[in-house]
Amino acid sequence: MSFLEYAPAPESRAILSLRDSYGLFIDGEFVDGHGTPFQTSSPATEERIATIANANAADVDIAVAAARRAYDRTWSRMSGRDRGKYLFRIARLVQERARELAVAESLDNGKPIKESRDVDVPLVAAWFFYYAGWADKLDHAGLGANPRSLGVAAQVIPWNFPLLMLSWKIAPALAAGNTVVLKPAETTPLTALLFAEILQQADLPPGVVNIITGAGDTGAALVAHEGVDKVAFTGSTAVGRAIAKQVAGTQKKVTLELGGKAANIVFDDAPIDQAIEGIVNGIFFNQGHVCCAGSRLLVQESIHDEVVERLKSRLSTLRLGDPLDKNTDIGAINSAEQLERINELSDAGVDEGAERWSAPCEIPENGFWYAPTIFTNVQTSNRIAREEIFGPVLSVLTFRTPAEAIAKANNTPYGLSAGIWTDKGSRILAVADQLRAGVVWANTFNRFDPSSPFGGYKESGYGREGGRHGLAAYLAPSSAVSAGRAGAQRRLETGESTSAEPDTAAERPARPTRTRTTRAAKKGAAK
Amino acid sequence: MSGTSLVTARERALAVLGGEPDDATLRRYLHGIAGVDAVGLEQRAAALGTRSIKTSSKKWALDKIISLIDLTTLEGADTPGKVRSLVAKAVNPDPADATTPRVAAVCVYGDMVPFAVDALGGAHGDPDDGRISVAAVATAFPSGRASLEIKLADTVEAVAAGADEIDMVIDRGAFLAGRYGLVFDQIAAVKEACRRPDGTSASLKVILETGELVTYDNVRRASWLSILAGGDFIKTSTGKVQPAATLPVTLLMLEVVRDWHLATGQRIGVKPAGGIRASKDAIKYLVTVAETVGEEWLQPHLFRFGASSLLNDVLLQRQKMTTGHYSGPDYVTID
Repeated sequence: MSFLEYAPAPESRAILSLRDSYGLFIDGEFVDGHGTPFQTSSPATEERIATIANANAADVDIAVAAARRAYDRTWSRMSGRDRGKYLFRIARLVQERARELAVAESLDNGKPIKESRDVDVPLVAAWFFYYAGWADKLDHAGLGANPRSLGVAAQVIPWNFPLLMLSWKIAPALAAGNTVVLKPAETTPLTALLFAEILQQADLPPGVVNIITGAGDTGAALVAHEGVDKVAFTGSTAVGRAIAKQVAGTQKKVTLELGGKAANIVFDDAPIDQAIEGIVNGIFFNQGHVCCAGSRLLVQESIHDEVVERLKSRLSTLRLGDPLDKNTDIGAINSAEQLERINELSDAGVDEGAERWSAPCEIPENGFWYAPTIFTNVQTSNRIAREEIFGPVLSVLTFRTPAEAIAKANNTPYGLSAGIWTDKGSRILAVADQLRAGVVWANTFNRFDPSSPFGGYKESGYGREGGRHGLAAYLAPSSAVSAGRAGAQRRLETGESTSAEPDTAAERPARPTRTRTTRAAKKGAAK
Repeated sequence: MSGTSLVTARERALAVLGGEPDDATLRRYLHGIAGVDAVGLEQRAAALGTRSIKTSSKKWALDKIISLIDLTTLEGADTPGKVRSLVAKAVNPDPADATTPRVAAVCVYGDMVPFAVDALGGAHGDPDDGRISVAAVATAFPSGRASLEIKLADTVEAVAAGADEIDMVIDRGAFLAGRYGLVFDQIAAVKEACRRPDGTSASLKVILETGELVTYDNVRRASWLSILAGGDFIKTSTGKVQPAATLPVTLLMLEVVRDWHLATGQRIGVKPAGGIRASKDAIKYLVTVAETVGEEWLQPHLFRFGASSLLNDVLLQRQKMTTGHYSGPDYVTID
């Protein structure tokens, strides 16, 4: 027996108690949808997991109306401190149910359990904790005193980090005082629905968060809905562009987090072993289903051969297979469609003259899989160097001087992220300064933190998520009054002000809904 | 066993360095090696530490760990009796289970070598043959603060008394002062002192004492320097300085060994020593070896654990795997 063929170490699925079918989560309850239900399945085995309700335009109406009601009656009137209590409670529940969420995520998405366990779910909790802390400190968000919430946020998220993207959307929206209608991706609705259960457990007032499932038309109906004040979308540039057109000329505020084709620049003085790890993590993390993936490796020509050799031997140690096995490094491709796109672009790379090399992995019989692949002899004009593949495929290009590296790195319609590898600190600063990318990692890649803003240049979208900047997407300065919603009167009523006076709103008897929820929040804080 | 002969080691060093191994040439060479990013190295080590080794893999790993242990006693209070007790434990780690493998070697101070050799008797020999080697620390262990003559005499005496392996310490002061030529010459001289009259040679482990080198860049340079000068093994620590062996440091040394093998075809051993007490931690080292240099390194001539209390923890885990329940410290013997 070979030691490296580690004995199977599957994470147990017993911790999950899934229902056979899930409805839409509207107004605090699971309700039936009016569209034709669909199945969600595991991309690793193609086995059905559950039946999921499909929201049509009528359901979108109901969900938006619920969010509006919750906004007007409850959430916008609640003090920031009390909103924070709910967010803290959600964060703690995510931690308590972390293992269950990780198993569900790997099952539904296909990502390795070690990533959902060690990256996705801990970051989800971190995001809620972080924005919970902001809820009563919005005066310091950079928008002046008394910034106001926007209203109802329509949020549409992708399938690559289902629960993490949910947290990036919901946490800042709720902290800022908005209510939410969120649509998870069609292929990965499971953890969003488990999250809905967590919201029930947290006793979040009904309607503050509504989760509706469905395909692209559901998302389009949601984004187009008249009752929505804010649209937040993460996904492909094509859809992002359609959304931007759709909401043009309306009062809706938009943030878009779209595709990328990040350059990972390796200089000849780079810490080579760590750079290899960084390249691997940059493009093979989450099967390359990462919008900020370092899919273009720009390596200084003098060390090109050495880097490629080291990369190949490192890729040969990656373990592809059952996402629920704790030793799996590369999981399943999320869907047949995505696999087809990867295959198409990869074949285009060969046609255009690049050399393809794939790690020698055994590909399981069922499910959707793609072995980690690198292309050498790639030219900047090749499709695989320009288009987002969104899969475990790395294009290797070379450069001779820092100026050439910067020019090639910026020569893309995208601008989401970039990486720099060098032992020379001054070069990091000089190069980072000239890269047109929202996130620049130095001697690391694909690291995320709730306090750090994330977002793109050019076709990678606009607006920032994370950090103080992420709050600005869900707030408006108090002087800017729009669409006649919300406004000064509400703030006077709720006592959500900058003054140091204690929040006395709870003692006011006049508003039954508010009093009820405040009690709920206090109860939560005592838990 | 025999290490590489000094002549070929020196020739190889000259070829790699492109000149005499003096301070300037060595500095040029060692400082030309790519740096180490501490954050990235530690992340990689932590990631390797999350491998989940279960059932049959764990059973194999536990036996492998035992067979890679240098069972060690390095106390001022060591006596012939203590060494005999250690040897008995090395020969028969678990009296209740005859299938338990023997350890690779016992590691003692130079003056204890005769007692160890005597106690081992017929069990003394090459671990590849199921026997147990005797390793002696030498060269004014652990500080290395003595003249070269004393260090060489220390070595010669241990080899003459029957030591199969010499664990020497480098002159960290000289290394930190940039006197790489001096460190090189001392390692080369000790390597020469490892020769026996019959032409064979004791294997030389070079202790870097990484806890005193402090930076990963220093550890990488000291690893290259030790290998260039003829060391058969590079070893992390004496066990007398904290921190001793850590997973990132061991990973880094394994990367050097891998690169050296790629460059020259020669296989160098690695020995983390000090601070590895739990089976769970030792398994992380096995994973790191297998995934960095390859599984072939998991053999006594290429990888060792310098440890004392680790053995009993492995035995407890082994008993648990055999019987299905945990026993207690009274079901393994103290040595």
